Amino acid sequence: MWRATAGVLASHWRRHPGQTATLLLGLALATALWTGVQAINAEARASYDRAADVVTQNGRPVIRDPSGADIPLEIYVALRRAGWPVAPVVEGRADIAGRDVTLIGIDPLSAPVLPAAEPTEGSATPETDTEGLIAFIGPPGRLMAAPETAARLRGALSQDVLNTPDIAPGTAIGDIGIVSQLLGLQNVITRMIVVADPPAHAPPLAQLAPGLEQLAPEAGADMAGLTGSFHLNLTAFGLLSFTVGLFIVHGAIGLAFEQRRGMFRTIRALGVPARTLGVLVAIELAIIATLAGAVGVGLGYVIAAALLPDVAATLRGLYGAPASGALALRPSWVAAGFAMAWLGTGIAAAQALWRMARLPLLESAQPRAWALASSASQTRQALAGLGILCVGAFAGWLADGLVAGFTALGGLLLGAALGLPWVLARGLAFAERRARAPLTEWFWADTRQQLPGLSLALMALMLALAANIGVSTMVGSFRGTFTGWLDQRLAAEIYLDAGTEDRADEIRTWLDPQVDAILPQVWTEAELGGEPATLRGLPNHATYRDNWPLLTPASGVWNALERGEGILINEQFARRTGTSTGDVVRLDDWTAPVLAVYSDYGNPGAEAAVGLRLFSQLHPNVPQVRFAVRLPVADAPKMVEALQNEFALGADQMRDQAALKALSLEIFERTFAVTGALNVLTLGVAAVAMLTSLLTLATQRLPQVAPIWAMGLGRTQIARLELLRSALLALGTAVCAIPVGLALAWVLLAVVNVAAFGWRLPMQVFPSDWVGLTALALLAALAAAALPARRLGRRPPADLLKVFANDR
Amino acid sequence: MIAKGMVHLCVWGLLAVFAAFSASAQGFAGMASDAEGFSLPRPNPEFSFPEDHGPHPDFRIEWWYVTANLTAEDGRSYGIQWTLFRSATRPEAPADTAKGWASPQIWFGHAGLTNADQHFTAQTFARGGIGQAGATAAPFAAWINDWAMTGRAGPGQDALDRLDLSAHGADFSYALKLEAQGPILRQGLDGYSVKSPRGQASYYYSQPHYDVQGTVHLPGGPVVVTGQAWLDREWSSQPLAPSQTGWDWFSLHLADGAKLMVYRLRDADGPDFIPASFVGPDGAARYLPDGDVELTPIKTTRVAGRDVPTHWRVIWADGGLDIETEPVNTQAWMDLNVPYWEGPVRVTGTHQGQGYLEMTGYE
Repeated sequence: MWRATAGVLASHWRRHPGQTATLLLGLALATALWTGVQAINAEARASYDRAADVVTQNGRPVIRDPSGADIPLEIYVALRRAGWPVAPVVEGRADIAGRDVTLIGIDPLSAPVLPAAEPTEGSATPETDTEGLIAFIGPPGRLMAAPETAARLRGALSQDVLNTPDIAPGTAIGDIGIVSQLLGLQNVITRMIVVADPPAHAPPLAQLAPGLEQLAPEAGADMAGLTGSFHLNLTAFGLLSFTVGLFIVHGAIGLAFEQRRGMFRTIRALGVPARTLGVLVAIELAIIATLAGAVGVGLGYVIAAALLPDVAATLRGLYGAPASGALALRPSWVAAGFAMAWLGTGIAAAQALWRMARLPLLESAQPRAWALASSASQTRQALAGLGILCVGAFAGWLADGLVAGFTALGGLLLGAALGLPWVLARGLAFAERRARAPLTEWFWADTRQQLPGLSLALMALMLALAANIGVSTMVGSFRGTFTGWLDQRLAAEIYLDAGTEDRADEIRTWLDPQVDAILPQVWTEAELGGEPATLRGLPNHATYRDNWPLLTPASGVWNALERGEGILINEQFARRTGTSTGDVVRLDDWTAPVLAVYSDYGNPGAEAAVGLRLFSQLHPNVPQVRFAVRLPVADAPKMVEALQNEFALGADQMRDQAALKALSLEIFERTFAVTGALNVLTLGVAAVAMLTSLLTLATQRLPQVAPIWAMGLGRTQIARLELLRSALLALGTAVCAIPVGLALAWVLLAVVNVAAFGWRLPMQVFPSDWVGLTALALLAALAAAALPARRLGRRPPADLLKVFANDR
Repeated sequence: MIAKGMVHLCVWGLLAVFAAFSASAQGFAGMASDAEGFSLPRPNPEFSFPEDHGPHPDFRIEWWYVTANLTAEDGRSYGIQWTLFRSATRPEAPADTAKGWASPQIWFGHAGLTNADQHFTAQTFARGGIGQAGATAAPFAAWINDWAMTGRAGPGQDALDRLDLSAHGADFSYALKLEAQGPILRQGLDGYSVKSPRGQASYYYSQPHYDVQGTVHLPGGPVVVTGQAWLDREWSSQPLAPSQTGWDWFSLHLADGAKLMVYRLRDADGPDFIPASFVGPDGAARYLPDGDVELTPIKTTRVAGRDVPTHWRVIWADGGLDIETEPVNTQAWMDLNVPYWEGPVRVTGTHQGQGYLEMTGYE
């Protein structure tokens, strides 16, 4: 009996290859989308975690010369011999094979972290550590570089170059001896990494090397803060795609049951116990989920591989986080992919199996009865959706932090999706009541009758649209605000770092007659409200008065600041501590009135600003070595060149504001490219879900369509009405998706972002995007409906007649 | 000692030296150098001091090795080890060594401090050529990072007669003054120490006669100590035969003033090789060729997950010597990149005394 029943179940899929394909496709696409996003996230994160270790040596402090000058090798030796556990680094740029390459030299005997090179091709046995060390030190020595850089360097140097994906492109790491030689450096190093805390017997740095300074590992923290916001985007997308995917899987499995209702009834009527049938169906579903999961993970890999270079380029760009464009198969996201397929199938199957077990044996299994039975559950479902919505809102309102933010996000999506069929049904019922002509009335009634079968696909479509609107609103707001803020914060034309006070004086004297203004940029560490913070001194100049991004602009702020009557604080600190304009806050020993709050994106820490005059009184020892230079924009490039010629300022010591802005804009365009591609994919998946639903319904709908045809409506006209129906449902769904998407964006910007980074971005809406998206949704719905409508239009009249002959 | 994080990388450096031990050795037939251009030890060496206290960059490996048995005022026993290794990736002419990072010399140090309950270890690494580590003959100094052995010998004394010795670990350190009470001992045949019947050899001399005073620092605070120390100097390019799997090495201060050095080189393909040297209470030194002294493990102890022969019987029948050694701390495992056992021992039997035991090849 088991065997025979299994054979009958399997025969359905054999006889309906199209249904089999759509089921597998739906499941596989949902898995693919989820897997792809997970893979991109995992890869980018892992990649720059490792890279950050190499670059910052696990975020260890660095010792350097404040002016950026080289450090004599004797100082390194003196520090080591005094017990300081430091590792020497040389760094410089060299022109190799016509390309500019950054070379970093380290001493493998003192640097604790080396990047892992890929195994060399063709080598039979892996080399031992000893062989590796000797080969690395040389001569001739060995360099490590990202694959594309390595390919370029290979042959141009006498050193072997190993493929090492963790290293930023355009950079090569080698032994300090080899790199010193390539850079023409003798008996000097660039900086030292403090590998461990110095032992108690080691004299202080100031005594051993008075000219040098030890810097806290700031770079790593900065990178984490900035890349964190990018990853939050992707994580949000991952969550959205998971929800969308769940609905699609649920829909696909639900339909697989729906299509075989008649068969299940027949099998049961023939005496197969419900238990046996249930077990067999569960096994069948497990096989399907595994198959589709495997295909989905493969597709996800393709998606990730296609998008990853863009993601990597984004992270590399402004953030300087060396993410690799190469993709590795990671168990984490492969497992996540299969979990998606199994979990989705499991949830969907639980409900379907429950229904199957309670299937009344003798009752007619016509879709209309089905729809009626669902009408009450539609209301129940809508109420459940409302409940979930409330729980989400309550969580977002009551609790703080990321978990609350994501709970609110999940509640919003799930609640809105569950409520959609009810809203659409009410809308259709309203239209039905207003209908005058019998055909119109039939059209609305028939549409409403189809709703239960289509509701899962429509929910998926709505989630896809809402995710689109939400994420693009967030990214768009981010871009708009951030570039505006960059304009304000980088108002001056040139930013330069003289290194030492003597040089700063020289440059100032030289610049003074040629430019409009030279504005010192000073900051130091301070204690703000009991926490460590950065304190800036702002010169009294129109550059700041006109451009500094105050959240609460008020007249008199700048004059009060100049007179030393108060301070400005950054948004992060203000939000975290609940401080606002007019409050007082402790700045070191001073209880300072807060004059205003300013936005300070990308900075994880607390910050305050005072007038430059007061700053100089409070911290007379902080040297003025960095400047913002104001001059006519057109003169900036020439001035940059002149400064370079006159003072040999390096690229890292001088920044042309226009170039910096262009760079950051480019980054956001790339971020957009990634989000855009994911948007299209999500919509595509939703369209496939609609297609499968419509295809299934088309076969079942014959009994509803036949009477209309018998009354004289042509098949072509019926097909047109089918298309219209799909378009109308998609339109209704899109209209519902807009407020959900905006609410989603609001949660992302006002709750999740604030919890994650401490700043809130003003929300900007882009109605033109909605129009485009709605059009896209209509297109997807029409594309999905085209095939079933065409089939219906070409159905032989005999099929339609048969409905009356053998009514089930 | 720098940081735990360094360990995995620094394996490289340490392995370089131990790899030299297992490097396939060519039969010794009076050749002056091996295939890679390193010099090889030859019989009947003529050491020249103080020059030979300094490095020999034309040889592959070399070490300056000090062990000391110390006693605190409360009678508790302590032992310290201080070793500076030099390992060359290619030979250099002594008169023309490379300066800067181009130097092929890699240096590393091991230090240990042991009492009955505690055993501390540390290691440190440095490149040659830049002054971070090295050795000079006159004035004598051997150093690596903040560890140092510095000579302060007066006129007419050997450069090694007066030494300051210091090392720092994460949780211990020591600073000791060493004063030699007797002459340098040339090991083997006038300093030519054969390591196997197949001819592998090294140059090897010792200063076994130090009196010591100083301070050891433990987590519980400083402890003033006095005692005896033993210094070994050895250099070579291929000292062990490939089948020789490790050694058990003793340096013993006997109560009557005599000194005994004996080691067993374990051979997978044949009998063990056990040469020794003895300095009598009268100062007369003798080389005891393989076969004169018997070494027998009498008890093994579970140390760091392996069985190690920690208790030994040493018999030199012709010299009327039949003693047993017992470690101050059986768990004196040097858990460094290449792990080995090294710690102070007490001597009982026909002679009383103390000394050091080092056992390699039990990892």
